[in-house]
Amino acid sequence: MKVEQISIFLENRAGRLADVTRTLSEAGVNIRALSLADTTDFGILRLIVTDHEKAKKALKENGFTVGRTNVVAAEVEDRPGGLHDILSMLSENGINVEYMYAFVQQSGKNAVLIFRFDRTDEAIETLQKNGIRIIPGSELYSI
Amino acid sequence: MVFDVQNETMPRDELETLQLKRLKYLVQKVFHNVPFYNQKFQEMGIKPESIKSLSDLKYLPFTEKQDLRNNYPFGLFAVPRESVVRVHASSGTTGKATVVGYTQRDVDNWAGLMARSFEACGVTRADIVHNAYGYGLFTGGLGAHYGAEALGATILPVSGGATKRQVMLMKDFGPTVICCTPSYALHLYETALANGISIDDLKLRVGIFGAEPWTDEMRLDIQNKLRLKALDIYGLSEIMGPGVGIECIAAQDGLHIWEDHFLIEIIDPVTGEQLPAGEKGELVITTLTKEAQPLIRYRTRDITRINPIPCKCGRTHYRIERITGRSDDMLIIRGVNVFPSQIESILLETEGLSPHYQLIIDRKGSMDILEVQVEVDEKLFSDEIKHLQNMERKIMSHIKEFLGVTAKITLVEPRSIARSEGKAQRILDKRKI
Repeated sequence: MKVEQISIFLENRAGRLADVTRTLSEAGVNIRALSLADTTDFGILRLIVTDHEKAKKALKENGFTVGRTNVVAAEVEDRPGGLHDILSMLSENGINVEYMYAFVQQSGKNAVLIFRFDRTDEAIETLQKNGIRIIPGSELYSI
Repeated sequence: MVFDVQNETMPRDELETLQLKRLKYLVQKVFHNVPFYNQKFQEMGIKPESIKSLSDLKYLPFTEKQDLRNNYPFGLFAVPRESVVRVHASSGTTGKATVVGYTQRDVDNWAGLMARSFEACGVTRADIVHNAYGYGLFTGGLGAHYGAEALGATILPVSGGATKRQVMLMKDFGPTVICCTPSYALHLYETALANGISIDDLKLRVGIFGAEPWTDEMRLDIQNKLRLKALDIYGLSEIMGPGVGIECIAAQDGLHIWEDHFLIEIIDPVTGEQLPAGEKGELVITTLTKEAQPLIRYRTRDITRINPIPCKCGRTHYRIERITGRSDDMLIIRGVNVFPSQIESILLETEGLSPHYQLIIDRKGSMDILEVQVEVDEKLFSDEIKHLQNMERKIMSHIKEFLGVTAKITLVEPRSIARSEGKAQRILDKRKI
């Protein structure tokens, strides 16, 4: 039920992000979703890609520090209040979100939310109990 | 003008006779009372009786900073611990500090030598001394403090930090003498101006600056801005603290070493051989009168040369040139001695692994800035910002706690720290000293 996310440590300097995308492009890896968190000195780029093993290998070969984390992909209806409903539900159940990002599927009706929880299994259980569809990794990588 | 006329202006032959007498006594004393020296002498086949002249000094073993660490904390005491009235220590991580003990007589001698030093700078009982050296285990604060009292001057034990308050006190109390690091003197000046205090509000006429390397340009800058005579002071805790040597106001050209208490030589730092008078090398000091913790041929790692030319101030004690460098990798940051190995062990203790790091030292305005760049490898890395920022804060507070300096911690990508021939380039000193 979990999705593999890779994260990359980046110094805040010009061209670093492009170095990552070049590496992935040359490795033939496609990016499904991404989020970039930054501070004054450094940033963390988080990616969901079509082939995380291949991406990780290529990035490491190019000298990047790469981490792997399990995140959860949840599907919500692409309408006003869609995100709010799910966040309220998580909050009511005392589940803390470390960070999240989202993208809208090409087909249209649904949005995909990527969550990083501190207690992932408990979160998945709560989401499912409340009728939220969890997108399996295999499905997400090949969207 | 001379605090101790008899000893400070003693003819050279008499001074050398006194040195030899004290050296012979010292060698007997450490041989019988300090196991470390007893063992060293035996290993080298030296008997205390074999020291018959000052030129026999070269047969004696060196003492290194590491020897002090190996005998941490009280292993080099030559007297029972009960006879020690005070202990000072240099900064260091746990178990790695260098400790120095003093008997009452050591403390009195130190005060006397600091009083000599003050007087050589033209300081009298009529002066008010603003002492901005840190008080505590560091020798700077208390060393200058007792010296000023022994002279009979009025001492203001201000210690370090709270610069804004310091300049206010300088305006209100009207000190005529200031003791601090040269860079802090400039920082005080800038802080005074920023707080609407003009140099006309201050009464400073003498500045005694040490614990940090400086240049002639910096001296002129300080003299012009603070309108005082800037003089250089030398000392190190292992030997005593401040007041091992002082620049006299009469010549303002090199530092007199108090040779009735300290025997000095210059050696080649690589071969350990003594160098002829006037040649540049590493300063080695033997303490002639220390009771609690005498040291034989202590390698200071400070690079200088001895100037045997008689000084116009009338003192017969030789002068050394201002310290121009180090024969090891010690850094002096805002007056605090920092070894890269100390930072390394703090990083190890902080995260339990050995990350690659680089130290970058720069000077912003008059203040030294230390930046520690730490490479983020997979073990350190987290996908969450807060974990990485917590790590930065933790490293920073450990460095502050153990070494007493504030460092900026920057996380960098692996291999972004330059390596020369596979070996990491640990230090980048951008200060122009």
